[in-house]
Amino acid sequence: MRTGKGAGEGSAELLIEGVAKRFGDVVALDHVSLQVAQGELLTILGPSGSGKTTLLKVVAGFETPDAGRVTVGGANITALPPAKRDIGMVFQNYALFPHLSVKANVAFPLEMRNVGRAEIDRRVGEALAMVELAGYEARLPKQLSGGQQQRVALARAIVFNPRLLLLDEPFGALDRKLRETMQLEVRRLQRRLGLTTIFITHDQEEALVLSDRIAVMNKGAIQQIATTTEIYERPANDFVADFVGESNILHGTMSAPGLVALPDGRKLMVDSEAAPGAKVGVLMRPERFAPGGINEFTGEIVEAVYLGTTFKLRLACEGGQELLVRQPARGPLPAAGTTITVGIDPEAIHVF
Amino acid sequence: MTTRAAWPALPALILLLVFFLFPVVRMLGFSVEAGTLDWYAKALGEGLYLRVFWNTFEIALLVTLFCLLLGYPLGFLMATTTPGWATFGFICVLLPLWTSVLVRTYAWMVLLGRNGVLNRTLMESGLTTDPLPLLHNFTGVLIGMVHVLLPYMVLPIYGAVRRVDPAIPAAAAGLGASSARIFWRIYLPLTLNGIFAGSVLVFVLSLGFFITPALLGGGRVMMIAVLIEQQVRETLNWPFAAALSAVLLVFTFAVYAVAQRFTQSEATR
Amino acid sequence: MSRRLLVAVCALIYFFLMLPLLVVFPISLSSAPYMQFPPPGFSWQWYERYLDDPQWIDATWRSLYIGGATSVLALLLGVPLAFSLVRARFWGRALLDRLALAPIIVPTIILSVAIYGLFAKLKLIGTWYGLVVAHTVLALPFVVLVIAAGLRDFDRSLEQAAEGLGASRWKTLARITLPLLRPSLVSAGLLAFISSFDEVVVALFLAGANMTLPKKMFDNIMMEIDPTIAAVSVMQILLVSVVLVLIGRFGRGLRDSAR
Repeated sequence: MRTGKGAGEGSAELLIEGVAKRFGDVVALDHVSLQVAQGELLTILGPSGSGKTTLLKVVAGFETPDAGRVTVGGANITALPPAKRDIGMVFQNYALFPHLSVKANVAFPLEMRNVGRAEIDRRVGEALAMVELAGYEARLPKQLSGGQQQRVALARAIVFNPRLLLLDEPFGALDRKLRETMQLEVRRLQRRLGLTTIFITHDQEEALVLSDRIAVMNKGAIQQIATTTEIYERPANDFVADFVGESNILHGTMSAPGLVALPDGRKLMVDSEAAPGAKVGVLMRPERFAPGGINEFTGEIVEAVYLGTTFKLRLACEGGQELLVRQPARGPLPAAGTTITVGIDPEAIHVF
Repeated sequence: MTTRAAWPALPALILLLVFFLFPVVRMLGFSVEAGTLDWYAKALGEGLYLRVFWNTFEIALLVTLFCLLLGYPLGFLMATTTPGWATFGFICVLLPLWTSVLVRTYAWMVLLGRNGVLNRTLMESGLTTDPLPLLHNFTGVLIGMVHVLLPYMVLPIYGAVRRVDPAIPAAAAGLGASSARIFWRIYLPLTLNGIFAGSVLVFVLSLGFFITPALLGGGRVMMIAVLIEQQVRETLNWPFAAALSAVLLVFTFAVYAVAQRFTQSEATR
Repeated sequence: MSRRLLVAVCALIYFFLMLPLLVVFPISLSSAPYMQFPPPGFSWQWYERYLDDPQWIDATWRSLYIGGATSVLALLLGVPLAFSLVRARFWGRALLDRLALAPIIVPTIILSVAIYGLFAKLKLIGTWYGLVVAHTVLALPFVVLVIAAGLRDFDRSLEQAAEGLGASRWKTLARITLPLLRPSLVSAGLLAFISSFDEVVVALFLAGANMTLPKKMFDNIMMEIDPTIAAVSVMQILLVSVVLVLIGRFGRGLRDSAR
């Protein structure tokens, strides 16, 4: 595991230290540690079963960890019941109270904190205005569209100025267009309010759009925590490289400084300081191939797909290697069966 | 942990122990008070009482059979018809189910008697010349019990048919299966669970039935529950009533135990 | 084609199911002094006889308040029981599950005789609260079944949301869980009421001289079939209809509990 730089360490608002959780024989969390800075949006990205939801539940207080500590603003909250944690959460299915109006839903956390009537009215009004739902106070959740329900859930989660905002795959149920709008809106709101936020998703695109930093999880452990560009450009291992974005991953041995020997005997020029003899992984993003690149690959097109701005080509190269290549969509779609040559520069190859 | 704890069950547990389990066990204890199994020997050894057990068993079996014959088409139709007709069906099943057994039994007396509605209608229409003996006999008890217990058969069968994914019979029809074949090859095997659950329920309820045989049997159809009541209320023979109860209870539980081996039926799971 | 046959057969079965309920209506309005069908004329006399007889009215009131008390007690005991059975994991849970449903499996005659034996000793025969306790034992399984079905379908994330927003467990129960469970509570309460209001076997043994409506009906049927019973039956059917309408309107569909 590598900890990325960037996020101002030392001002950690949320600190997770060595948190472990088992369900029977299944290890859901394998001593996970991470920190989130004040005002930062950290995404926990992973496939289902990676432990990301369990981690969120531990932070929210719905699961008690077997070991480890959760600290918010310096206070240990590991043993605190959910009600005492002051954490706003947006659930996957929004979990709006179906028998309460929009207003009563948003007022709920304030009532639980014994805020006065007038103050409740004022703050609910503000929160609803913030999510652009002023005028919907009297509606019931079932009278709202999916996007509106989500806004209510968001308003309810932030109305009491929580120390932390948790978002559990909140966009899963929305259609693509609406999802993109809501993502930007959540991001805008989070920045404006300076809310320390953890966002859970299995959708890597969404993670790249929204996050300050991303923690990639698999099998109960964090694989890498880093900024979005770092995760994409310099993944720490096969899993991260494969899970985030499209990728061509090869394995080889450093035969000389800046030279990787592949199993089929080919040599790749790379920009790496790894010592000769080291076993390394090589990542080549499909869009980084260009005609005239230094490392050349020649192969037959097995599959060609038109994707609007790009062509996506699957090449069967000499030596049995398969390559995924994206090229700007100019001219006619290359036919399957034609042989082409593509190249990639050493700086565009990531060695790990 | 208030909504996940075991202690909220405690008051109900106490009620069940004090006013259900304890009195039943206490009463059953009367049967062996003398330290011998004489009362059991009498219950199971004397032809007179053995015949009552046999009668009860026979009636329960027939009631189950008739309920199944009537209940399956009904449950099937209700599960496969439009929502409006399904609601109508539910009214026709639930209204009798929740109407007092007494009201229904009384109505059957009115219908089945010598001068009852049925016999009048039959004779006036010229179909029969003499009134048919429908009341105070085996037939009357059978009709009344089937009527009372039919809803218990319909509901599980309805549930089972509802659980059959409509795409399966549709696919079969698309592949050319006739409606008869679709029924025998798809619906019937997929709804065996409901048939089984309904049959066990009806059979077990029949075994302990009291009101309907007492009123429609007119003293001529002796079922085990009626015999127990007589022993307690008329002859005050508690030990014998207890022995009869124990036999009935063991038999009831045995049927359930066998049924449980075939289905998982924990109510709150 | 075979569908049409099915519909025809089912129409006959519906008729069989509804016939006894329908036949008491004309008889209750008959002008004949004894059971006669078809009725020779129209009259309210049997309803008048019911209303003028203090024994009938007494028995009706007694059944109503015993049913009401049974319903309340069965809910007070059965709802927490259902919560524990569905949500808690404890030693003996499966056993308790069986015990809670046993009163509908054990033949009522055995239960009646057993409680009769105990109550005779405790001098509880003829008391209304004795009947309430016995009826609660019988109603408990209905309450547990209906509430457990409601709880199983309950979206737990709503409770988690409430707790996360600052509500204590009790507040969550009062503000979220119970209000959302209201349809099940309505159904369970009404079913418990009806099960007591209709109950005759236990009442036969325990009511003593203080008759409940079903016991009074039973005694009358045993002695003489006079159409007053038909009038009472009609009112009973109407009451059940009202209850079923209430359940359909405010309760959780009985359809859902038909597993």
